[in-house]
Amino acid sequence: MKSSSLVFGATGLLVLVGALFFRPPAGADSPRVPASDREVLERLPFGASDPREQERERLGRLLAARPDDVRPAVALARLDIEISRARSDPRYLGYAQAALSAYWDLPSPPTEVRVLRATIRQSVHDFDGALADLDRVVEAAPGDAQAWITRSVVLGVKGRYDEARASCQPLRRLAPELVFTVCEASLDAVTGSAGPAYERLADVVRRGRRLSTAENEWARSTLGELAQRVGNDAAAEAQFRDALALDPDDPYVLSAYADLLLDLGRPAEALTLLGARTDNDNLLLRLALAEAAAHSPGAAADARLLRERFDASHLRGDTVHRREEARFILGLEDDPRAALALARTNWDVQREPWDVRVLLEAAIAAKEPAAAAPALAFLAANHLEDPRILRLAAPLRPGAR
Amino acid sequence: MTRAPRLVVAWLAAALWLLVARPAEAHKPSDSYLTLTVRGPVVQGRWDLAIRDLDHVMGLDRDGSGTVTWGELRARRDEIASLALGHLTLRAEGASAVPCRATLRDLEVATHSDGAYAVLAFDTLCAAEPRVLDVDYELFFDVDPQHHGIVRVDDGAGTRTAIFTREDRRQRFEQTTLARGHQLAAATLLGIHHIFAGIDHLLFLVALLLPSVLVRAGGRWEPVPSFRPALVDVLKIVTAFTVAHSITLSLSALEVLRLPSRLVEAGIAASVVLAAINNLVRVLDEDRWTAAFALGLLHGFGFSATLMDLGLPRKNLVLTLFGFNLGVEIGQMCVLALFLPLAYMARKGAGYRRVGLVSGSVVIAAVATVWFVERAFVVKIF
Repeated sequence: MKSSSLVFGATGLLVLVGALFFRPPAGADSPRVPASDREVLERLPFGASDPREQERERLGRLLAARPDDVRPAVALARLDIEISRARSDPRYLGYAQAALSAYWDLPSPPTEVRVLRATIRQSVHDFDGALADLDRVVEAAPGDAQAWITRSVVLGVKGRYDEARASCQPLRRLAPELVFTVCEASLDAVTGSAGPAYERLADVVRRGRRLSTAENEWARSTLGELAQRVGNDAAAEAQFRDALALDPDDPYVLSAYADLLLDLGRPAEALTLLGARTDNDNLLLRLALAEAAAHSPGAAADARLLRERFDASHLRGDTVHRREEARFILGLEDDPRAALALARTNWDVQREPWDVRVLLEAAIAAKEPAAAAPALAFLAANHLEDPRILRLAAPLRPGAR
Repeated sequence: MTRAPRLVVAWLAAALWLLVARPAEAHKPSDSYLTLTVRGPVVQGRWDLAIRDLDHVMGLDRDGSGTVTWGELRARRDEIASLALGHLTLRAEGASAVPCRATLRDLEVATHSDGAYAVLAFDTLCAAEPRVLDVDYELFFDVDPQHHGIVRVDDGAGTRTAIFTREDRRQRFEQTTLARGHQLAAATLLGIHHIFAGIDHLLFLVALLLPSVLVRAGGRWEPVPSFRPALVDVLKIVTAFTVAHSITLSLSALEVLRLPSRLVEAGIAASVVLAAINNLVRVLDEDRWTAAFALGLLHGFGFSATLMDLGLPRKNLVLTLFGFNLGVEIGQMCVLALFLPLAYMARKGAGYRRVGLVSGSVVIAAVATVWFVERAFVVKIF
């Protein structure tokens, strides 16, 4: 036998022996027995001494003692919704629904229950269910400011701006000036009047002496978005920074500001801003995009983590993340056709500026300009001003090429 | 509760609402993952429950530290088992309406993308092998109506997944046993498809077969005088390749042997490079079958990865393996039936030696080198 045959024989033997001793690495979700009783498995988002948790327990006991009284049920649901927002944790939306379980399936629950049910439905992107509830509430209780503004927000997300604007009007007399102004300004922001709206809202904030921190923070984040629509990135940045000075943990402002920094080509600052917020999927998306742009070492691991989260949400049949997943696929997985499919189904549900932008970006990346038609028609009908979106749309317009 | 003036209530409510109106779904909601494996009358279960959900129901954090330790979880093992198994009912329809009896075997932990989970391994004994399995899932819906139970049932012939929700708490799984003939045909088709889809295996073979219609004479390539020696050479190579990859495919599918997929994929690319370079610098001649055998062992691991990715039914595994191998052979034969007559006819022209053998080998080596770099270093070149 030639020596070369020996070499190949040895190679074959090596392959077999190597395989014999190789043990595949344990997968992330393979079960294990921790080595020590002291090993920490999970950090809960609160300690036992958390005042809101104590309040939850108090209300829970009250509800158990008076199951027929709607008041503790509503109070507990309201607290749970508030916690879910503060921690951006949807589990508390489920707990809120549980608090309302005696009324949840009723065709005509009490008005205050209906408002909360609409809130929860809206949060899981059941916009039509939320609107059905809210329409009934404003009919039965036309003095309910919360219902009017909720209704306006949901209609705005759906892109039904005229109805959304009509739903702001009662707030002029039902709520403080700031609430009415923000309600209208949020719609002006996407219908071609972002500039005047910015001035009006800034004026109300300047004059408002008794604004709470939450109101002030919320007004400033709205101002930041208005500034972005008119292409004033410097003002937008200043407003987002002011908002974060009032509430450094607001995930909504954090993601809006991170998006701005990414657009401005400053991923390193986005990384500093987001820190290690891998717990929140929306912030994790910005983190992964920033890490990729900055070529930082954690990029691959965070992208993988986010992919696992998307996969897990597919398993449960959720569709609330379509816009974020489309952005993720476009930016980090390089599969424009898949991104376009998601952006299109997302478009059927919601029409915020990012929904427009993702549909345009996906259509361009997938080289299917025709798929952008609904977004172009939407832009033409509503006069959205955002210069980044208009720049994307320009070459897609019929006659542009 | 004290009653505030109407307007103030509305106003406070509005202030809360304005914040609530923003996206609140940024974490994953509550899910559990339940896998049921039907093994005759025994249904084995693996149930992954989020520690956060368990804590919400039964307060695992006894010392109030804001963390849950393994000690705190382990101490409540029996309570966890009766909570979970008390909210899951399996019935083997047809045998009797009596629920199958479930007992906890093991409590472990696992990490999912959204945090730590307790893993319950349990056995459920039914009166008979369930042809139809009725599953009632009631866990956590009372405390979190948005909880979903993601259930996978594996009956040995196939898997089905279902989502249990507050509105959909009972589902029926019917056994999906495939007819044996159907299973064999499916596996064979898969094998044929894989030979044509997995171009690396084909290129490896082609690189080894290119010189089969030639013979070395005085340091030069000459055409073989007759068809017979070419055929013998081809048969030796193909048989060696087949025997080798059948061995490792079977051992790996039966989970006797395992290799890291990155190593296997890179190794397969390297084998193509080696086979092509051998035509240029000539290490092996008539004994090319030894290379086909040694490197074929690697290709077998690659085949098995394909088979595994498709979720190999464990029932009748041998049948599936046989069918898949058969399909791979049929695919190879098709290639040979095309290649050999063409090469034999073309062997006399200088074109075959220069364009076919030399340029072909250079191209194959170049392509496979790119694959090798991509697979070994996980980069994308093209």
